[in-house]
Amino acid sequence: MEESKNHITGTKTYVLVWFVLLCLTGLTIEAAQLKMGEWSMVANIAIASAKASLVLWFFMHLRQEKRLFKLLIFVPLITISIIIGLTFFDIWYR
Amino acid sequence: MLMTDMAHTEQRDYIGAKLGMWFFLFTEVLLFGGMFLVYSVYREVNTADFHEAGMEMNVVIGAVNTIILLTSSLTMALSISAIKKGAKNSSVLLQAATVLLGIAFLVNKYFEWSDHIRHGFYPNSPQLLAMSHGKILFFGLYYVMTGIHALHVLIGMSVITFILVLTIRGTVTSSDYIKLENAGLFWHLVDVIWIYLFPLFYLIL
Repeated sequence: MEESKNHITGTKTYVLVWFVLLCLTGLTIEAAQLKMGEWSMVANIAIASAKASLVLWFFMHLRQEKRLFKLLIFVPLITISIIIGLTFFDIWYR
Repeated sequence: MLMTDMAHTEQRDYIGAKLGMWFFLFTEVLLFGGMFLVYSVYREVNTADFHEAGMEMNVVIGAVNTIILLTSSLTMALSISAIKKGAKNSSVLLQAATVLLGIAFLVNKYFEWSDHIRHGFYPNSPQLLAMSHGKILFFGLYYVMTGIHALHVLIGMSVITFILVLTIRGTVTSSDYIKLENAGLFWHLVDVIWIYLFPLFYLIL
């Protein structure tokens, strides 16, 4: 309790993160206009993941959490990656 | 003084409460993960159809809703900082702002969906059924995924409104704000899901 009380993220940090998130939104729209085919999708997913990481790290306070929380979020992420990855092996090589 | 003494003798487990919330969020991630799996497979099989159907989406409304949700995440995060500092009034105002932004998101969604329906794009519409298989799948996924997401926005707004009342009543305070923090975690997750939905449906030009 006392621990988390010492970690009050400043308004400035939050506003800065929000501003970066808006910039990345602009960037993802630009990337889509470039019509790079499959690479547009790769770029869009990469940008979305960068945005999601910022939200998780700052807004959801992961940076202040114990290591347990930081590691646990990989459980659903790895699970989904395995499920989607293996499904694609089926689709591509069947 | 008596109140604070009582609060200190109360049994609290912040780590446990937060861990429980994160586990719940993981089930949400897997719920949407299943839908992302279906989306990615059908998109792989019907790439051209998905591109063409994606043209029907209004990028401006999608972008505005992205900005609204990102801003609402900011107000939510700031409301938690405010309550930690003991600034009850600003926390209440910031929570109210979050709910209002949620309403703005849903109003936008209403206009967006009405527009699709006016153009004849809704599940099982004659116009849609006459289209190729891939386009039917795209619109089906669009309605299900953004619909379930919108339902989460609605639930998030209700939860934040509930916490807002608790904050006004003094149940959520600078020494006991876990309810607000967990509501915030849910709200941010809804934001994270939209961050992925936006490029998948609006930006596949």
